Amino acid sequence: MLVELFFQYLVAGLTYGTIYAVVGIGFNIIYNTTGIINFAQGEFVMLGGMTAVTLSRFLPLPAAIGGAVLAAMAAGALIEVTFIRWLSRPSVLRMIIITIGISILVREGALLAWGEGVRSLPYFTGDEMTSLSVRGVHVSPQVLWALATCLAVVLVLGAFFRFTLLGREMRACASNRVAASLCGIPTRNMVTLSFVLSAGIGALAGCVVSPITYTQYGMGAGLAIKGFTVAILGGLGNSPGAVAGGFILGVLESFSIWVMPTAYKDAISISLLLAILFLRPSGLFGDREAARLKEH
Amino acid sequence: MGRARYAQVAILVGVAVALQLLAQAGGKGFYLTQLTMTAYYTAAALGLCLFMGYAGQISLGQAGFFAVGGYTSAYLTTLDLTARRGEALVGLLARAQVLVARPDPYGGEALSVHPWAAFACAVALTLALAYAVGVPVLRLKGHYLAMATLGVGTIVYSVVLGTQRFGAADGLSGVPPFRLLPGVTVGGSAALRVQNYYVAWGLVAVSMLLFLNLVHSRVGRALRAIHGAEDAASAMGVHTARVKLHAFALSATMAAVAGVLLTHFNGGIGPSESSIMKSVRYVAIVAVGGMGSLWGTLAASAVLNFLSLRGTFGTLDDAVFAAVLILVMLFAPDGILAVDVRSALQALSRRARPSKGEV
Repeated sequence: MLVELFFQYLVAGLTYGTIYAVVGIGFNIIYNTTGIINFAQGEFVMLGGMTAVTLSRFLPLPAAIGGAVLAAMAAGALIEVTFIRWLSRPSVLRMIIITIGISILVREGALLAWGEGVRSLPYFTGDEMTSLSVRGVHVSPQVLWALATCLAVVLVLGAFFRFTLLGREMRACASNRVAASLCGIPTRNMVTLSFVLSAGIGALAGCVVSPITYTQYGMGAGLAIKGFTVAILGGLGNSPGAVAGGFILGVLESFSIWVMPTAYKDAISISLLLAILFLRPSGLFGDREAARLKEH
Repeated sequence: MGRARYAQVAILVGVAVALQLLAQAGGKGFYLTQLTMTAYYTAAALGLCLFMGYAGQISLGQAGFFAVGGYTSAYLTTLDLTARRGEALVGLLARAQVLVARPDPYGGEALSVHPWAAFACAVALTLALAYAVGVPVLRLKGHYLAMATLGVGTIVYSVVLGTQRFGAADGLSGVPPFRLLPGVTVGGSAALRVQNYYVAWGLVAVSMLLFLNLVHSRVGRALRAIHGAEDAASAMGVHTARVKLHAFALSATMAAVAGVLLTHFNGGIGPSESSIMKSVRYVAIVAVGGMGSLWGTLAASAVLNFLSLRGTFGTLDDAVFAAVLILVMLFAPDGILAVDVRSALQALSRRARPSKGEV
């Protein structure tokens, strides 16, 4: 029985881990091209989930999700063009404060548009009662959807950055912005594109986990801290690292319920964040030397 | 120079007196309540101004320290130890006047910690927390520092929200008035309104004087040197880690003192005082004031907090603070007092017609 319970917690942890991982990847994409940590990253997840719930009233589920992802991408582009694109050499402090302000504006806008209520998308296959039983461990098909989506995001992004011209241009922009612009790469467009991409995958994650974790206007702030934890855990800028970090954090949180009241669950991830920042800011898989040279 | 600072603070006191007289004469005495609360939030913002504006660091945890002060005091002064009177330690503390009897809400008598003792505990706890957190956190910079302080603030929030002893979502209420001196009491009753107003703005004036003197001293120059270039400051012999740490602790203590007094004034405290949004508000106020202008912070805090407490922004309260924060950071990163309107307009028109050479 104990073994089954163990696996049950493990599955729950992996589910939450996928969403943290995707938020962490979102942080990485923007950080790589701009050196900015976008504090509004969690809001993309919320926007994706909320828009999809609204659209699903008129459209079939796949179309609603597609529409929500596109809407979030448009929002990402709008945010970048309005608030960030035209700033010349903004200081880190300034960018932190601006993105925090954006996250609050988006949250308050969502509160006005959708209210305080908790919403969720229907399960993609079956309903909340459906489960696959593997030797006494019950797994909702939605968990498999979430894991598969996370895997697909990592693979597609990896291929995009490795094999396509656009992806390579973004990487060039990440490694040296001045040199990239001297080679004729429109670096500012690359920055916009990074916001579009990270908003898109955030929204996709928001849709996939919405049936399990629900969607509410205020969910973004917590996700941002956890996504950041995961990004740091894996080494800032390292997306496979973020996935590993996501699973570590998700599983740790899930098992923490065994020993601590649920109310303190968030404290676990934040303590982990603080510990990793103090002890090994380059992350578990990051290169210490490289991290030291970067400007944070 | 020193005399000019005293003159400025004297003007501040004069304005405070004038406002009080105006409010009373205009029959708007109830404004004093919001002005009193504004003063306490201002004191916390001034502390943050020292740390953010002068030392060039960022803290998204100021509300956390405010709440640590407020909650410590609220918890200790509403405690009832009557049942444990027989215990040696409790008896000893009662005899030393650290524990005092006070009427409880049900007409009986409760044995609680004296407000001054609770105040001392609150400050000591805040200092301990600030130093314990500050040593590792202040080694970080930029994004990492922002996230780490945000994390500390969030931990305080989730602890007070998730703990039954701290009233969970309801917070603590029934906090007794705090008799500072004979005849001077911080409390919520209408009869005390005027003296509370002066206690609160007195705190602002005193901290203003303290901070003005501090930033014009050797320590203040060290802080600004750290803001400019930390490595250079270090090379010039400034013990950067120590200076930052003390500035952080002072800033946290200021918030805690304000938190204690506001809790006694309101008769209670709720978890929202420690929320991230509250911390962001303090940052917004310092940013509007011009990051490193104590007078700017004072003005921004007085205006924004008063309007917010009067309910001017309605349900858009948080959105207004966020919008102000973004606008200031986009168009006037040195504060709204530093905007040169003509050159700003020129820059805008240039942006509308981008020149060819722009990358």
